[in-house]
Parts: sequence; structure tokens; C-alpha cells
Amino acid sequence: MTPVSRGFFGRRRPVADPSRVPPGQYVTADFPVLSAGPTPHTPLDEWSFTIQGEVAEPVSWPWDEFRALPSETVTVDIHCVTKWTKLDTTWTGVSIDTLLEGVDTSAEYLTAWSDGGYTTNLALEDVTDGKAWVAHEFGGELLEPEHGGPARLLVPHLYFWKSAKWVRGLTFTADDEPGFWETYGYHNHGDPWLEQRYQGD
Amino acid sequence: MVGVLELVEETPQAKSIVLEPRDWPGHRAGQHVDVRLTAPDGYQAQRSYSIASAPEDDHLVLTVQRLADGEVSPYLLDVLGPGDELELRGPIGGYFVWEESLGGPLLLIAGGSGIAPFRSVLRHGVAAHSSIPVRLVYSARSLAEVIYREELMRLADHDGVDVRFTLTREWPEDWTGHRGRIDRELLQDVSWPPSEQPRIYICGPSAFVEAAANTLVGSGHDPSRIRTERFGPTGT
Repeated sequence: MTPVSRGFFGRRRPVADPSRVPPGQYVTADFPVLSAGPTPHTPLDEWSFTIQGEVAEPVSWPWDEFRALPSETVTVDIHCVTKWTKLDTTWTGVSIDTLLEGVDTSAEYLTAWSDGGYTTNLALEDVTDGKAWVAHEFGGELLEPEHGGPARLLVPHLYFWKSAKWVRGLTFTADDEPGFWETYGYHNHGDPWLEQRYQGD
Repeated sequence: MVGVLELVEETPQAKSIVLEPRDWPGHRAGQHVDVRLTAPDGYQAQRSYSIASAPEDDHLVLTVQRLADGEVSPYLLDVLGPGDELELRGPIGGYFVWEESLGGPLLLIAGGSGIAPFRSVLRHGVAAHSSIPVRLVYSARSLAEVIYREELMRLADHDGVDVRFTLTREWPEDWTGHRGRIDRELLQDVSWPPSEQPRIYICGPSAFVEAAANTLVGSGHDPSRIRTERFGPTGT
């Protein structure tokens, strides 16, 4: 049991539905930015999205072909490990289910990789069945570079570092291989409802 | 839990909290901690703060700047006092760290309270008798908002340590330092050229970090040599 902090009562802001806010999080209207390095600016004619690794046949879509894939618009809550939660964010992107339609794999893990060298690892079951997208629009506008544009992964049910900005592909792996933050002390899975922030949580 | 020893006013809007760590595992310069506050009804609020003390220091120091409509910073600045206990988790973060083995030369770029982790880095460099040259560029709105001003001037007396301030909103009449936001000209003046492959760390508000990092990359610095730590909203 945690002792009470003397004189602390909190400045709770009214939240529409407290059941949507995971433990230890606060709701913000801003959209804070976090990244470990500079923002990459890859020209669209050099951009492609690739699925590779432990798959029968790698597949790659240049930007125009990627944008021609069927996309979905979803409104979801997002949760950052630095404690902010943003409710009702609207994104448009291609479902991972759509991207994997023609992909033959028995691997159960994958690494999302990005321009700038960022990586994050995910279990296949965390990105399929309507749980993840490669998003290229936020709030009806093209996704800005600062927020991960031209496209970022969107895995809203996990802490937001799993939603890799500037994502360029997925590499399927036989074993679960920790990504960037996962090797720097952050939790391997990152479920905000279980407060899986750091290693050992 | 750690005990609060002292609060030191750094600027009208920022204080350093000096803590007596118990069972502290030690930290690396640049890491942060999570502070968790608990209300009588069990409500909790958590925030992250950079560690401002060096690994070699006797006490653990966090420097907290007031966020106008914040929840945790006003408590830490206005209510917390010596003798209180604070619940800490950490140290956290293994990327935005510097130690001598990472090499240099080392360019540190701070905006506002983003100076905190660099106090740790600079103190660590001195305590470890590092021979790696360090240059710090620190952007603040006014001289009154410069945190650790006297200490930074003292650190700049060490061989191989160079400290520059730039003031963006107001400056004394006789101010001889840089005026205005960090721009390409100032960074080219202060930084080693890309060919010398400096290690660059940037910490501050999001828009500040974005601008500084973009400018450096645009000047030819290798993005993989630049590490960033950002706080606050985007401002867009």
C-alpha cells in the first residue's frame, strides 16, 4: 500500500468516461511528441512499405500502390507510456489484416522498422483481427512528419511506442526479438491496462 | 520512497528537489525517474523528471519547472517540503544517456528546463575527469529563467567545457551572449563540423527539439549521432 503524499489531493479533471483511462494515465487534449532522434523526411517517391523475414514471399508496396489499398477510418483512444492518454483520435490507414492477406507465414512475431532506425517488436496476435493499422491520415489530414508521417503503425491497445512512427515495414521473426525501447528498459508487451511500462512490470 | 532534504529555488518558476535516496541502485547521466503522488482517497498522479545530479553526487536531485495548469509540478513546488517522502521509480531510460565510453566531442542543446539532464552529464564529465570536449548551448526566454546559471558558469571554467546561452525574449542591455532562438548560424558557430562526428543530445520542448534537430540534419550531421528528449505538446 502506497503511503499518502502529504497535502496532495490531485487536480482531477472531469473525464467523460473514467473507465477509458488506464491506471496512472491522465487525459490530454494536446498531442505530445516523443522520439529518440531527429524526424526523418523521406520523399514519397522513395517510400515503400515492405513485409519480409520469415515469409514465403516478401511483398512491397510503393506509396501510390499502398495508398490504393483499401483503407479504414477508426476512432480510438491512445495511451503513451509517459502518462498521457488522448481520447477519440481518428485515423485513416490500411489494416494489417489487409496487408497480410497474401502473406504466407508461420512466424508468430514481427519487428516493425522505421526510417531513422527505430524498431519495435510485436506478437502477430497483437496486430491482427482489426487491432492494428498502418495509418497515413490523422484527423482527416495527411499525417505530419512530427507525428510519424507519411505513415505510422497504429496499435492503440498497446502503449504508443509500439505504434512506430515513420514505419517502413514489418519483418516476421521466428522468435520474439526486443526492439528499440524494449532493449532500453521498457516492457516487452506494453499493455496500458496492466501498466506494463517497464521491464519487470 | 525517498526523503526530501531540501528545495532550492533555481528560478521563480523552478526548484531543485534534493533527495536522500535509500536503496538507490545508481543511475547514468541523462536518465529520468517517475514521481508518483497519492491522494488520501487513493487517487494517483505520475510524471517523469530528468535526474539533474551526477551518478557521483551524494544526493539525488530533480529539477522541476512549473506547468501553469499542471497537477504534479505545482504540488512539488508549492507543497512539498523538507522531511516529506516522495515515491520514485527509476532510474528509467537507457538511450538518452551519456558516459565517457560513448565518446564525443559532445554537443548538448537545451531549451528551458531541458537543461536538467545536461547538468547531470556535465557534472559527471567533471567528476569522471573526462577528457572529452563538451559544448552546451542553452536557450532560455530571459536571464531570470536560466536554471543553474552560476553553476554552469563555474563548469565552463573547466578545460574542455564551453557554455553558451541564448536569450529569446528579453536580455539585459549589456548582454553579450546570443539573442534569439537557436538557428543554423548559432549551431554552426557552436558545433563541431559534421566531419568531426560530434555526439549531439537535444532536450527541451517538442518544437524546440524538432527545430534544432532538423537544422543539424540539414547542416549535414548524421541523424544517428543525434539523440533527443522532448516534453510538452507540439504547439501545432
